[in-house]
Amino acid sequence: MEDFGSPALRALLGALPGAVLETHAQHGDATAVVERARILDALALLREEPKLDFGMLTDLTAVDTLPRAPRFEVVYHLYSPTQNHRVRLKARVPEDDCHIASAVSLYESANWMEREVWDLYGIRFDDHPDLRRILLYEEFEGHPLRKDYPKERRQPLVGPEN
Amino acid sequence: MAQPHFPGAPFQSEDDFERDLHTEHQLLNMGPSHPATHGTVKFLIELDGESIVNLDIQVGYLHRGFEKECESGSWYQAIPYTDRLNYSSAIIANVGYCMAVEKLLGLETPERCQWLRVLVSEMARVADHLTRCGAACLELQAMTPFLYGIEARELVWDQLETLCGARVTSNYVRIGGLKHDMKPDFPASCREFIAKTRSLLKDFGDVITSNRIFVDRLVGTGVIDRDTCLRYAVTGPMLRSAGDPLDLRKAEPYLVYDQIDFDVPVGECGDNYDRYLVVVEEMHQSLRIVEQCLDHLESIGPGPVNVLDPRVRWPAKGRVFNHMEELIQQFKSVTEGPRVPAGEAYMATESANGELGFYVVSDGSAVPVKVRCRPPSFINLAPMSEMLKGAMLADLIPTFDFINMIGGECDR
Repeated sequence: MEDFGSPALRALLGALPGAVLETHAQHGDATAVVERARILDALALLREEPKLDFGMLTDLTAVDTLPRAPRFEVVYHLYSPTQNHRVRLKARVPEDDCHIASAVSLYESANWMEREVWDLYGIRFDDHPDLRRILLYEEFEGHPLRKDYPKERRQPLVGPEN
Repeated sequence: MAQPHFPGAPFQSEDDFERDLHTEHQLLNMGPSHPATHGTVKFLIELDGESIVNLDIQVGYLHRGFEKECESGSWYQAIPYTDRLNYSSAIIANVGYCMAVEKLLGLETPERCQWLRVLVSEMARVADHLTRCGAACLELQAMTPFLYGIEARELVWDQLETLCGARVTSNYVRIGGLKHDMKPDFPASCREFIAKTRSLLKDFGDVITSNRIFVDRLVGTGVIDRDTCLRYAVTGPMLRSAGDPLDLRKAEPYLVYDQIDFDVPVGECGDNYDRYLVVVEEMHQSLRIVEQCLDHLESIGPGPVNVLDPRVRWPAKGRVFNHMEELIQQFKSVTEGPRVPAGEAYMATESANGELGFYVVSDGSAVPVKVRCRPPSFINLAPMSEMLKGAMLADLIPTFDFINMIGGECDR
C-alpha cells in the first residue's frame, strides 16, 4: 500500500502493517482505513509518536454506506497543531455487530462526538464513560441519520402522564 | 450546663465557628431558557452553597436535523441551511461548505471571488465578536456597551445587506463563486463603515475594558490551559487565549489569506478576560483585512466572480431564452443540481469560534451522501464542566458568554 508522501500513513504502514486495509489521498486528504479491532492502536501510535504528534482529535463522525456491507464507517479526523498536518482514519462497522472501541481514553474530545454518533447512528462505543443521547432525548425511537430512517417519520408524544 | 444545639440556632461561642454544619448538595436546573444565558442550553448544576461541584451540560434543544436535511436535497439546497448554523456569522459557514464541495469538484475559484469571500468572512467575524462581547456585557448588567456593540453590528449587517440583499442569513456564496459581484459604490460605503466601527469599538472599550466590575467578574474565571484545550480539540479564540497561536488562516492559509497582512492576538492565562481581549483585538485585525480586500479589489478591476464550469455555472439568461442547449442546461441545473464526483473531502476554515470543518461525501450523484459540519460551538462547550468545577455559580455566566456557544451551530 502506498503512503502518498504522508508521514502519518508511512508510520501506520510501518508499525501496524496488518491493521491498515486501504489508503488513499483523494483531494490531498491522507486517509487510512484501519481494521476495527486495531483502531485504538492506530490512534495511540499517531498521538504518541513525537514526529507525528497528533494532539487533537478534531472530528469524529460516521457514514452510513447502505447498501454496502459492512454498513457503517466511523471517521476520525486528526490534526497536529505543532506539526501542522492532518490525517483521516476510518474503521468499518457491520450492522449486526454495531460497536467499536471508544477513543475517550486517548482524546477527551471524543466524549461528546461519540455520544452524538451513538445518538444519530446507533453505533455503540465500548468503555465510553457516559454513553447517553446528546442531541435528541432519551425517549426518541431509532437513530435518524441511518439511511433507512425516513425523514417524515413521526415520533410518539412524550411527556409527563396525567 | 452546656446549651443544647439546635440546627439554625445562633452561634453561642467562638468554637461554634469551627463546627461542621449539616449541609447538603443542591441540584439546580438552569435553562433551557434562562434570562442570563443567550443560548438554549440546560445546565444541571450540583451546588455546594454557591460553589459548583458538578455540571452537566445538556444541549440539543435547537436540533433540527441539519445533516438529514442536507442528505435529502441537492448540493445547492444545503447552502441556506449552512446560513442557519452560526447565525451571527452566517457567511463563514457558506464559504466553508462551498469550499468543501469545490474541493470535491476540483474547482479553483477566480481571484476576485476569493478576495470577496475573505472580505465578507471578516465582516461576519466582526459581527460575531460584537455579538459575543455585547451579549456578555448585557448579561453582566452593563447595558451601555451592549448598545454600542449592537449599533456596530447593525452597521455590519447594513453593509452585508447592500452587498447581498439580506442582513443575517445572507445565502451569498455559491458553489464555484458568488451570487454576484459588489456594486461600484460598495467600497466607499464600506470604508465609511470601517471608520464608524472603529470609533464605536473605541467607545465600547473605553466604557468596559477597565471597568472594575467587568474586570473582577472576568479575571481568573473560566480558566482553561493549552493542554486541556488540545485534549478537548478546542480551537479559535479560546485556544488562542490560552497561549497557542493556532489560527487556520495562518496555519493552513485558504483563499487569499497568505497575501494579507494581519496579526494573531494571543492571550496568556486562558481566563475570560484574556478571551475578551483576544476577541476585541481580532475585530481590529478583521477591519484591517477588510481594508486590504477593498484596496486589492479596486486595484485588480472588474472580473468574473464565478468559475466557467458548466457543472455548477448556470448559463446566461439571454442565451437561456434563445437557445435550446442552454435552456436544457438551465432546466437540469435547477431541477437536479450539479453531480459531484464520488469521493470524500474535509475542508477546515477558521470561523469566529474556531475550526469550522465540513466533511462531505459523494457517491457521484446529485444528492450528498453525507454533509458533516464540525461545529466549533459544540466542541468548545464540552470542557466547560471541567473549567467550572469548584467555581462560583456566578462565574458560569461570563464563562458561557465567552465560550460563545451558538445554539444553531451546536445543535444543528
